[in-house]
Amino acid sequence: MSPPVNPPERKLQQNPSRSLTYRLMHQSKTALRAAYPPMLAVLAALLVGAMLMLVAGASPIAAYSALFRQALTTYFGFADTLAKTTPLLLASLGVLVALRAGQFNLGAEGQLYMGGLGSLLVGLALPGWPVWIHLPLALLGGFGFGAAWGAIAGYLKVARGLNEVLTTLLLNYVAQYLISYFVNGPLKAENAPSPFSELVAVSARLPTILPKTQAHAGIFLGLAIAILLTVAFAITPWGYRVDAVGQNPIAARYAGISTNRTILSVMAISGGLAGLAGSSEVLGLKRRLFENFSPGYGFDALAIALLSRGNPAAVILTSFFFGAIRSGASVMQRNASVPVSIIYAIQGLIVLFVAISLTLDTQSRVSLFSAKSTKEQQT
Amino acid sequence: MGGDLRLTAITKRFGAIAANDNINLTVREGSIHGLLGENGAGKSTLMNILSGLYQPDSGEISLAGEQIQIESPADAIRHGIGMIHQHFMLVKQLTVVENIILGQSKQSGLNKAASRLRLNLKEQSDAIAQLGKTYGLEVPPMALVSTLPVGIQQRVEILKVLCRQARILILDEPTAVLSPTEIQSFLTVLKQLAARNHTIIFISHKLDEIMDVCSEVTILRRGQVVASVPTNRTNRAELAQLMVDRAVEINTQSSPQPVGDVVLDIRDLWVNAEHRQVAALRGLSLQIRAGEIFGIAGVDGNGQRELADAIAHLLPIQKGTIEIISPASTKTKPKSVAYIPEDRQKQGLILSFSIARNLVLKAFSKLPFCRRWILDNKKITAHAKQAIDAFDIRASSPLLKAGQLSGGNQQKIILARELAGEPALIIAMQPTRGLDIGATAAVQQSLRSQRAKGAAILYISTELEDVMAMSDRLGVIYRGQLVDVLDPNAATLERIGLLMAGQSSSSSPQNYPSETLQESANEPAGKPA
Repeated sequence: MSPPVNPPERKLQQNPSRSLTYRLMHQSKTALRAAYPPMLAVLAALLVGAMLMLVAGASPIAAYSALFRQALTTYFGFADTLAKTTPLLLASLGVLVALRAGQFNLGAEGQLYMGGLGSLLVGLALPGWPVWIHLPLALLGGFGFGAAWGAIAGYLKVARGLNEVLTTLLLNYVAQYLISYFVNGPLKAENAPSPFSELVAVSARLPTILPKTQAHAGIFLGLAIAILLTVAFAITPWGYRVDAVGQNPIAARYAGISTNRTILSVMAISGGLAGLAGSSEVLGLKRRLFENFSPGYGFDALAIALLSRGNPAAVILTSFFFGAIRSGASVMQRNASVPVSIIYAIQGLIVLFVAISLTLDTQSRVSLFSAKSTKEQQT
Repeated sequence: MGGDLRLTAITKRFGAIAANDNINLTVREGSIHGLLGENGAGKSTLMNILSGLYQPDSGEISLAGEQIQIESPADAIRHGIGMIHQHFMLVKQLTVVENIILGQSKQSGLNKAASRLRLNLKEQSDAIAQLGKTYGLEVPPMALVSTLPVGIQQRVEILKVLCRQARILILDEPTAVLSPTEIQSFLTVLKQLAARNHTIIFISHKLDEIMDVCSEVTILRRGQVVASVPTNRTNRAELAQLMVDRAVEINTQSSPQPVGDVVLDIRDLWVNAEHRQVAALRGLSLQIRAGEIFGIAGVDGNGQRELADAIAHLLPIQKGTIEIISPASTKTKPKSVAYIPEDRQKQGLILSFSIARNLVLKAFSKLPFCRRWILDNKKITAHAKQAIDAFDIRASSPLLKAGQLSGGNQQKIILARELAGEPALIIAMQPTRGLDIGATAAVQQSLRSQRAKGAAILYISTELEDVMAMSDRLGVIYRGQLVDVLDPNAATLERIGLLMAGQSSSSSPQNYPSETLQESANEPAGKPA
């Protein structure tokens, strides 16, 4: 039996001194290759979206250029893009952590609402405390509430065998209506004309980063967590364990890894990160808790996490892209008279094409594998 | 349709291995023909050829003197050949009637046009009930399959084939899933089918059943027909001998060495099969000492898997104890239990992980691979390079994915991982299954060198040659109990074969669980062994 032919790896063995540079190059190359099908999916969605615009009697070129010029090149548009990227980024990272462990967290929306509630409670409770204590505590409150919400689904899966897809999805409704109850009842601001809470204390607010805009420091929190997760999955035993459970839970169990504990903790962390998305909305953007404050960020998060193939660094870019089209949509409507609903159609199309690209990918990977292994067995 | 079925010089190769090698077989119309052989003897391949799933490389099939081509399962049905698989092909959410008529293109009803538009379930269910009564295969036609016990589900499978006008029925280990009482009524049904001139090919490991219902039996070994004999001119002992006998010299190489203290002590162990409330182990006891390989022989599915999983804490114990005692000399460094699982791709490895990462699947969170919450990838890679050399894993780089390697090399990864750190106890479950000669020898050599270092080894295999060659002591497992413990150098293959099939000619009956005892009392007096 001859060793399998694999030029890049052989090169690595010959030049051990250059292994680090090589590995970085190799990794970025594989990242690019991994990014290729999702990019195609986005492109295909934009193309079909263009066709829809044509059907609606508008110019796709005018519409797309209005959208991206507004979202990326104007001061207020860019700030708005950042503001919308923030919750998307945090929630997507949450969904991604669960995905790495093989769990589908469809409950980011509900966890986001619960996180908003947690942060609001801490933000209201400790007025006058110094920022450096109060703000972290308020964020922690959001993380904790979201984590508890995620852990419910994790517990039901581990202890009762209930599919997390179902439980997380249904818990969304519970969370959303729970928030509605609170802002209509016990937490409703005095003399409020519509259901919203009092303002959180100044010491619990995420500061604005671009003057006179809604862009706030939550984006840094998201970036920091994305980097932290990238590192965690690369070099920590926690990341190794999560990946092992995600890739082959049976083998992980046979090797002595507690899959149940891993799933439970991952669902809690996943919920916690989605909860932070709610925190950033409450502490950074609105400064209050509103009824139905999320326009479906938790569901976009699932698309973003899938599109990013479980890569936390890719989530940054993908969230930014989704934030940009959300942000530019209203200007597109005004300038190119293309209805905003086209944007929702495009988002749906992206999810659809991503799903297709995933199946294509598994097929090609499977055939690649089997071709290789048979070749090896014959030699 | 009907008439004798004749296979002439059937050969089927998979790569270099001939699963079927020049097989000649004649099955007389209206007879029950037994097909006997160990795992991997080629029974399933042969039957898959008959049912149209595989095409033979060469050879002919003829029915009633006429040569036929079976190119698909549909062809097989057209020629009246129906296969009943060991794992039922039923839609559990549908009723019995719906399952039986599922996929039937030709309606047998009077008004064909109407039946094409409408499913007239009532008429169909009456027909099925009638058919069932004729053959002693009573089923509730309107019941959901998921609500029926296994024995009844099997009847549905048989009815399904009969409804497709099959004259030749192939049954692949049909009794493996049945309880003793179900087996009795099942065997009666077989006889009734044969009495109505159906031809039956009956695949089984169980000598008793073969002797009971078959008029003729063909024994396969390594893809070849060893013998084809009428059952009234043979006996169980001879069949066992034919099934397991080998021209190959069995070289045990069990270097007689002093054995140490007891390392594994199992007493009266009762364990349920996974996700089921059925006892898979029923009061099994055994002891293994340091420096000893204890082999377990037995037909697949007699509790081997549950034994290994229970020792590895993967299955809960219902009753009894498992004690693992590390030798006193190494109390400072607690020794671990190594487990080489049965399915290396599903249970042993993470195929999408690199070789290096698979090698630390058990130890990744401990020194030296993990220091202060951070994995030391350099140490992990260095460790992998060492293991690749030490265990002769054929891979160009430790960063290659485990899924890219051949089965033998995958098994070597598992060995390298599990045998690291000199485990006190090693559980090896079918460690050489599917490996070529070179890889098999490497696996056996690694385990022998662990024995020399004082490990206690539980070696479970359904391949008798393999387990006999490796063992210092050999236990035979049958229905969740060790029916006997033998010296592999002194034991005859015939005796082991009989024990594996649940026959104990000399051992005392109290070795049997009470249920088995009752069952054998119910059985018609078998031919003398």
